[in-house]
Amino acid sequence: MRRIPWIPITIISVIVIMAAFAPLIAPYSPIDQTLPDKLLPPFWLEGGRGKYILGTDPFGRDILSRLIHGARVSLIVALLALTAGGGVGLAIGILAGYLGGPVDSVLMRLVDAAFTFPAILFALLLAVTMGQGMATLVIAISLLLWASFARIIRGEVLALKQRDFVALAKVRGCSALRIMLTHILPNVLNTFMVLVTLNIGVVIIAEAALSFLGAGIPPPTPTWGLMISEGRGRIADAWWVSLIPGIAITLLVLSVNLFGDWLRDRLDPRLRQL
Amino acid sequence: MKRYILRRLLHGIVLLSMVATIVFFLGRLTGNPVDLMLPEDAAPEDRVALIKALGLDGPLHEQFFIFATNAFKGDLGMSIRMRQPAVEAFFSRLPNTLAIIPWAILLGTCIGIPLGVVSALNRGNILDRAAGTVGVLGIATPSFWLGILLIFVFSVELGWLPSGRMGGPEHYVLPVITLGTFLVAGFMRLTRSSMLEVMDSEFVKLARIKGLHEGVVIWKHCLRNALIPVLTLWGVFVGNLITGAIVVETVFAWPGVGRLTYEAVIYRDFPLLQAVIILKAILILTINLMVDILYAYVDPRIRLT
Repeated sequence: MRRIPWIPITIISVIVIMAAFAPLIAPYSPIDQTLPDKLLPPFWLEGGRGKYILGTDPFGRDILSRLIHGARVSLIVALLALTAGGGVGLAIGILAGYLGGPVDSVLMRLVDAAFTFPAILFALLLAVTMGQGMATLVIAISLLLWASFARIIRGEVLALKQRDFVALAKVRGCSALRIMLTHILPNVLNTFMVLVTLNIGVVIIAEAALSFLGAGIPPPTPTWGLMISEGRGRIADAWWVSLIPGIAITLLVLSVNLFGDWLRDRLDPRLRQL
Repeated sequence: MKRYILRRLLHGIVLLSMVATIVFFLGRLTGNPVDLMLPEDAAPEDRVALIKALGLDGPLHEQFFIFATNAFKGDLGMSIRMRQPAVEAFFSRLPNTLAIIPWAILLGTCIGIPLGVVSALNRGNILDRAAGTVGVLGIATPSFWLGILLIFVFSVELGWLPSGRMGGPEHYVLPVITLGTFLVAGFMRLTRSSMLEVMDSEFVKLARIKGLHEGVVIWKHCLRNALIPVLTLWGVFVGNLITGAIVVETVFAWPGVGRLTYEAVIYRDFPLLQAVIILKAILILTINLMVDILYAYVDPRIRLT
């Protein structure tokens, strides 16, 4: 059995705590501009001040404070998108797997379609037609998730359906809905949790990419993707504006992926192929 | 074979009409799509003229019919910003994107697959761990940030390579690495798990018992079979590359269709975005179909159902 991944767990906990208590922890406002202090480097570089540990951006905003508040946005979006997209995928997977027949083939064609066509394009279209914002972003990212959830959950349900306890429930006259809710659902929750963990990284990167492309949450709300995008033009004289948020994304995604791998091996080793 | 191709073609057409329908209705979700199609300072009479020209004064099903017939004729509207047909804009930029994608695929294949094999053969030891680190890092690093990091290191600090725009061969290096990295990671992880599975199978054990040379066992028996699932994922990678190209071309100011997509979003150029999405869907479906047919030829065991 693999060891408990303490380092990833610590990193995730720190970021979650940062996000939860952002206003208490962040030393400065993430939005208020202090123009005289613009583009100060992190404290360990020449010209850096202890006041701004990670430096400031072109508007004199503290990078650390924006990073802390940005974690909040990333995690809220991840939570909502995984609940919505994962939930829809779970429901479709159970319906398709349990009911079978034409329902199954129609739903699975839809899943195939979703796999062929990149959801990011729809996300961009949504942002242009519905306007930028949290709701658009969550819908867009959910579109990215539901198909892979549906496909894997369906596979699980197909196997569960053959088990004796399902047959017994049928003999006792349980309705299909009841069997799906009380007999199938609890048994796929492990797989569901593993899928959720393995997809947190996907969601965080998607959120950052959409913000970077100008289709995420509009400024001045700090998000990690937006921070990278805002610092892009200043890479020659102020690398920290753009590179530091990227390090945060990579660290968080790496940690949740390593944690997810471990969780999968613990709870559901059959998903190894993912 | 013919029936299979025909069926896949039919699936493709259904999918494409789904994409077009969704695009059509999303454009009408927020009210009159003319507001999305005209610049903000457009004259009211232009607005009325466009509404008439697009048949937007008619009922919804009639509007859809006009949209569909126009689309079928290759008319997907005018780009607001570029004042030229959106389809034309797309095709004038397409060659630039197609100029980097094959190199990214080559990079992903030539590094990812060998890395996966090495990793599987050295399961659990330091080489496997090193390759595994490349794999996880490649997936955890957002490509737009990786591009900026590469620009910082190789253009700003070292001054070895240009930071963007098209040009000679040196202009290709950074975009191709950025686009290829997630392919390297993806191919590596897949090849590794697929190799491990094949190496555990009966026919490989038999080949070993027969006393075949280890090299023959690995390359002829294992790798050839292990590559099948890797090939299957090709279709998925095509979609990923097309979206990956959006951020990579944005970072490197590369004048391809990815950058065009970004511009359409930034300038809220709805007709352009609508055309880009439909044309990309056609592109992805065509490539997928070709890959699947190729795949059926390569592996006769695949039942064409």
